Amino acid sequence: MPKRTDLSSILIIGSGPIVIGQACEFDYSGTQACRVLKEEGYRVILANSNPATIMTDPDFADRTFIEPLTWEVVSRIIEREKPDAVLPTLGGQTGLNTAMALFERGLVGVPGTPELIGANAEAIATAEDRDKFKQAMLEIGLSVPPSGIAHSMDEATRVIETIGLPAIIRPAYILGGRGTGIASTPEQFKVLAANGLAASPINEILIEKSIAGWKEYELEVMRDRADNCVIICSIENFDPMGVHTGDSITVAPAQTLSDVEYQRMRDAAFACIRRVGVETGGSNVQFAVNPLTGDQVVIEMNPRVSRSSALASKATGFPIAKIAAKLAIGYTLDEIPNDITRATPASFEPSIDYVVTKIPRWAFEKLPGTSGVLGTQMQSVGEVMSIGRTFPESLQKALRSLEQGRLGLGCDPAEGQLASVSDDELLSLVAVPTPERVFQIADLLRRGISIDRVHDACRVDPWFLDQMSMIVEERLELSGETLASMSRSSWRRAKRLGFSDAQLAHLWSVDESSVRAARESAGVIPTYKTVDTCSAEFAAETPYHYSTYEDENEVRPSDRQRVIILGSGPNRIGQGIEFDYCCVHASFALRDAGFETVMVNCNPETVSTDYDTSDRLYFEPLTKEDVLNVIAAETAAASGRAPKVIVSLGGQTPLKLSGQIPVELIAGTSPSSIDLAEDREKWNALCESLNIPQPPGGTAIDLTQALDIVDRVGFPVLVRPSYVLGGRAMQIVHDRDHLARAMAELSGFGSLGKEGGLSAERPVLVDRFLEDATEVDVDAIRDRTGEVIIGGVMEHVEEAGVHSGDSACAIPPQTLPSWVVEVIESYTAAIATALEVCGLINVQYAVAGTNVYVIEANPRASRTVPFVAKATGVPLAKVATRVMLGATLAELRAEGLLSRSVLLDSPSTVAVKEAVLPFSRFPEVDTALGPEMRSTGEVMGIDKSFGKAFYKAELAAGTVLPREGTVFLSLADHDKPAGIVVAKRLRELGFGIVATPGTADYLGRFGHMVDAVVGKVSEGAKVTAVNLIASGDVAFVINTPQGRGGRTDGEAIRKAANVHRVSSVTTVEAALAAVQGMAEQRHSPLDVRSLQEHHGR
Amino acid sequence: MTTKTGARPAATLVLVDGSVFEGEAIGADVAISSGEVVFNTVLSGYQEVLTDPSYAGQIVTFTYPHIGNYGTTSSDDEGRRAHCRGVIVRDLARRHSNHRAEQSLDSMLRANGVAGIAGIDTRRLTRLLRETGAMPGAFGTASESELLSAARAERGTDGVDLVAKVTTPEPYFFGSGPLRVVAYDFGIKTTILRCLSEIATVEVVPASTPSDEVLARSPQGVFLSNGPGDPQSVGYAVEAIRGLLGEVPLFGICLGHQLLGRALGGSTYKLPFGHHGGNHPVRHEASGHVEITSQNHNFCVDAESLDGRVSVTHVNLNDGTNEGMVVREVSAFSVQYHPEAGPGPHDSRYLFDQFADLMTSRSN
Repeated sequence: MPKRTDLSSILIIGSGPIVIGQACEFDYSGTQACRVLKEEGYRVILANSNPATIMTDPDFADRTFIEPLTWEVVSRIIEREKPDAVLPTLGGQTGLNTAMALFERGLVGVPGTPELIGANAEAIATAEDRDKFKQAMLEIGLSVPPSGIAHSMDEATRVIETIGLPAIIRPAYILGGRGTGIASTPEQFKVLAANGLAASPINEILIEKSIAGWKEYELEVMRDRADNCVIICSIENFDPMGVHTGDSITVAPAQTLSDVEYQRMRDAAFACIRRVGVETGGSNVQFAVNPLTGDQVVIEMNPRVSRSSALASKATGFPIAKIAAKLAIGYTLDEIPNDITRATPASFEPSIDYVVTKIPRWAFEKLPGTSGVLGTQMQSVGEVMSIGRTFPESLQKALRSLEQGRLGLGCDPAEGQLASVSDDELLSLVAVPTPERVFQIADLLRRGISIDRVHDACRVDPWFLDQMSMIVEERLELSGETLASMSRSSWRRAKRLGFSDAQLAHLWSVDESSVRAARESAGVIPTYKTVDTCSAEFAAETPYHYSTYEDENEVRPSDRQRVIILGSGPNRIGQGIEFDYCCVHASFALRDAGFETVMVNCNPETVSTDYDTSDRLYFEPLTKEDVLNVIAAETAAASGRAPKVIVSLGGQTPLKLSGQIPVELIAGTSPSSIDLAEDREKWNALCESLNIPQPPGGTAIDLTQALDIVDRVGFPVLVRPSYVLGGRAMQIVHDRDHLARAMAELSGFGSLGKEGGLSAERPVLVDRFLEDATEVDVDAIRDRTGEVIIGGVMEHVEEAGVHSGDSACAIPPQTLPSWVVEVIESYTAAIATALEVCGLINVQYAVAGTNVYVIEANPRASRTVPFVAKATGVPLAKVATRVMLGATLAELRAEGLLSRSVLLDSPSTVAVKEAVLPFSRFPEVDTALGPEMRSTGEVMGIDKSFGKAFYKAELAAGTVLPREGTVFLSLADHDKPAGIVVAKRLRELGFGIVATPGTADYLGRFGHMVDAVVGKVSEGAKVTAVNLIASGDVAFVINTPQGRGGRTDGEAIRKAANVHRVSSVTTVEAALAAVQGMAEQRHSPLDVRSLQEHHGR
Repeated sequence: MTTKTGARPAATLVLVDGSVFEGEAIGADVAISSGEVVFNTVLSGYQEVLTDPSYAGQIVTFTYPHIGNYGTTSSDDEGRRAHCRGVIVRDLARRHSNHRAEQSLDSMLRANGVAGIAGIDTRRLTRLLRETGAMPGAFGTASESELLSAARAERGTDGVDLVAKVTTPEPYFFGSGPLRVVAYDFGIKTTILRCLSEIATVEVVPASTPSDEVLARSPQGVFLSNGPGDPQSVGYAVEAIRGLLGEVPLFGICLGHQLLGRALGGSTYKLPFGHHGGNHPVRHEASGHVEITSQNHNFCVDAESLDGRVSVTHVNLNDGTNEGMVVREVSAFSVQYHPEAGPGPHDSRYLFDQFADLMTSRSN
């Protein structure tokens, strides 16, 4: 069937900011969809609030709306653009939910409105509504875990009699999974059911048969409108049922299913997608299998492209999102060619000849109060994928890809942590799923505990355990060897089991370079195989490679100048999609300029790991060994001509490697300049020579040195480790005790092998903390001729002290006098010149009164580059990349790549970036912002004024600024003066105000009487802010923490707001911005405008 | 269940073109195994492949690196024993895990006297076979030169009657379905018998059974099974099929399809490296529907050589080769691929119902 000609314009709804459970995989899928639909000649309209995405590049759609993804806003976009259809299945849960909200209001999917393509509302509802789904599955003869609903203990008893123990009890309408538990005995059941009924506001519990410990599988299914169905990939979870699949280590393809069982599962997946009614596109069906009987049950299905689809696409080379978009417009699978073979159609099932392992990455260390225990709710912030010919190789590569100080499956310094744990303790530890479990299992195997005992404790399938034990046994074997005794076959055996040179270096107490040299002289070097969708049955066109130790290397020779772009690895707090954006832009820019681009990355969610993005993709860990190997392979394939390497666009990950790469290969700013900016003494000298003031401070490797600095500069001080992103372990310290604690914590990090450790090479920075200062961020580019352009000057909303990544910011600056902005621009140019920057530089300033202090400079791409590019229309990352490869700004201007910032010509436009925080997943965490970054993503609001742009940004971030109701105010002493203005504006807008006694008293003195005063939670008062928030009497919470101590009440209030989903702000600056936004929004309704219009295109 | 890594003896694979692969010996202790080296891209179903009589004379390379993960169970056997000459894998699981498993793949291989070689770069081998086509080879613990001579002595499967080696010596009955079917055993797979037994009581007869002996049994339909090797070398079967055309409904699979093609006057030819896998897309011409199919054949019916009576029903979407045909006037149809699967997808099992319908309508 050919494509549909009755449609001409299609709206794609993106997934919004990066949050836990919804990350760059939807940028990847959305970007593919935009590309496909444009190529097919449709007018593409895109809605997404996330400026750091590739899909929101104005080139990818005809109309790009960086606007909040609420049904109201999207309906405005529909009104303006009048699309014929809406494609909701490529924007994650957000895309689906937004489409459903529009459908429920009769705005899409009904006659006279845009058609829903991909999946209709009925299909979405069938898949998303647990009960409907269960009924649908039973109807077609598939099993689901037995369950029942109860409203009383009598009903609960009846339910449990039919389904049996163990059972999971889930109270209805309870946030954050409170009251959920697994009952194994009748006594436990009684307690849990009673508690659950009491906890549920509607006295309802769902009782479900527990199948924790069963094996878990996923199948990625595609269906076209001719009802052809194919399975793209099967995935088997290493972690058995009980851990969210997004938090599980998963492996593709399925390893322990016989063909008989697999085909039964495949039939069930097809029956499921047909019954649910997903007409075209990709879906993901999850199954659980009883390991003792083989019984299969369906757990759930996603009627859309999912995180697993992205993984499956990267794991097989089959571009699910791209094909899903083609199917949505009417093509059938047999009409679409397989990109990779080009000779065969897409209507086939990929066969793979390697093993893929995905491991999530968590951020518990940034969220004090969390238990770190994995469960049915996803908590990870990113993931890595690795490819090896065997599971052991793939597992070890994945573990070293995580960049968490582990060199593989043990055989590294960090394994010492378990030395003092007894066997029995360790066996009980592995029963509880945590990020550490895989290492604990390895340690048990190393101690000689049998696979059966380990399996009984952790329920991980014995096949996986045996494969892990091959690694452990090899390690014992290797410990009897030395660098000199290793034969070629021993080297090969170790490398084939995935051992890194660094692990062997640790084992033999030698340095990694000697291991590398010895291995190479034994003739053992990696070979690169190709991901080709067909296990080599057909010739592959697409060079998508992974390393392994085999006979034959498949990298094809060519003579063009090669540029390797090192990616940013797994998403984590502080380093996410923004850096992937920069790397992808680098690749696009260099491709256009005629270079051969080579991407190295290990994050399956990203656009950078799409095989289409670069001329060649290496899906590899970003470690010294793996990167040097890629450089060697590329050099060999170019007849000995070494490639250039870009290290400054992927965040800290590639930057940390810059010292390991031959300096002449590094494109752009030299590593010595990067070091100069990081080296405290040299940096101080540079600032001094330029006469640019800095907050006083110094570096310390222990407490004594830190105290010396404090004696000189006074409290408060900002304490932070060098060489980390995202403010890891950064603290504002107010007294000597706190300083001692902070220094002790930092030395602890060192021994754990985590980021941010303390050592002579990596001292701690101790600086005077400037209170009440405005923080400013600048992105600039300097070329080899010395010309500097300022990309953007961003003024932060929150004061210095809140991590810049967690702070909202506006471009252009809103409160700084223009001369201050000019001073900042001059300082930036001077610093860039002094550092001999060739490429991007980001400089941070603190402005206190009329004093401008430089905080730090980083001669590399920063998190704000995509935001600045979207706000100004200048493709900063592309320009910088070309500059790094030798082009001058003047040349790029002539070429048309470097354009003038649109803000210069339309001075009333303001763009606001707001951070999106993960607190809704972690009700136990204080939501107050601080120097440690905790946001997972960002959104942008762009409009004609700051208030409107801020309002949009807040709305996009999920903070609804109310139009009416009561606002709760509780302000720290130093915030109280600004509070007068906040209270005054709120009154003008007709809001009610309740406040804590101190705040109420202060406001009263300036004539702003509050409606009610609440008591202290900590003093057991009857009416507290927490009660009011819980009862829904408060529409908005403004609570700013005291500088030190006194956090307990505020913390309880902020947590209550978080749990009850009441919007809140925790800084007075944000409160001022919020009231301004509310006021401006009141006067004129929210208006949508595309980026193309903003950019005057 | 567990054997120590590295304890396996070193072994070598040598192809007739002189290519050498280093590995380690698995399965039965045989110094030299030789045969035609082919590859199969299935991700699961190794036991079904190794016991499929169609692999007689061949050494099977699995492209998926981990083989043996879920062990073996007698109910997954496709033939009475393993008919292949050997197995080539990247990694043989030393411990398997599955509730259905009765024994490990290694012990099953030993019990069947089939040797294997593990640890080799199977992707390099597959790429080589893809370029040069299936070729003779030999592997084992013997010296490289001995293996090379063994590979050279191997005459491959062209023109060899492998059917005679795998067919049943005596007729036997299978199942108790409502219809009566005589099935020619050219190397029939158990899953085909299971599928047929759902519609019929099946009498399995040796490949050399003449047509009059079959017709004397007054079947409602005759099934032409899959089997190994070159259809050109099974002239007696082509003769027999000619005698059945028009007399009784016919359904053929794989070799049965090729033999029917030859009986209809068509010709067959050898594909460069054959189709061996579980993921081949085949279009059903009448409906346009795509079936994902299980395939295992080196030879193919030349659709151009078939006369006007024959309609092509199925086409391979990867290379456009013929995958199925029907001759309505004589109530005969056949497919090149394996609708019974085992291993493989169940997309095409409707063909057995189609056979039942054909028999029923003819009987009425």
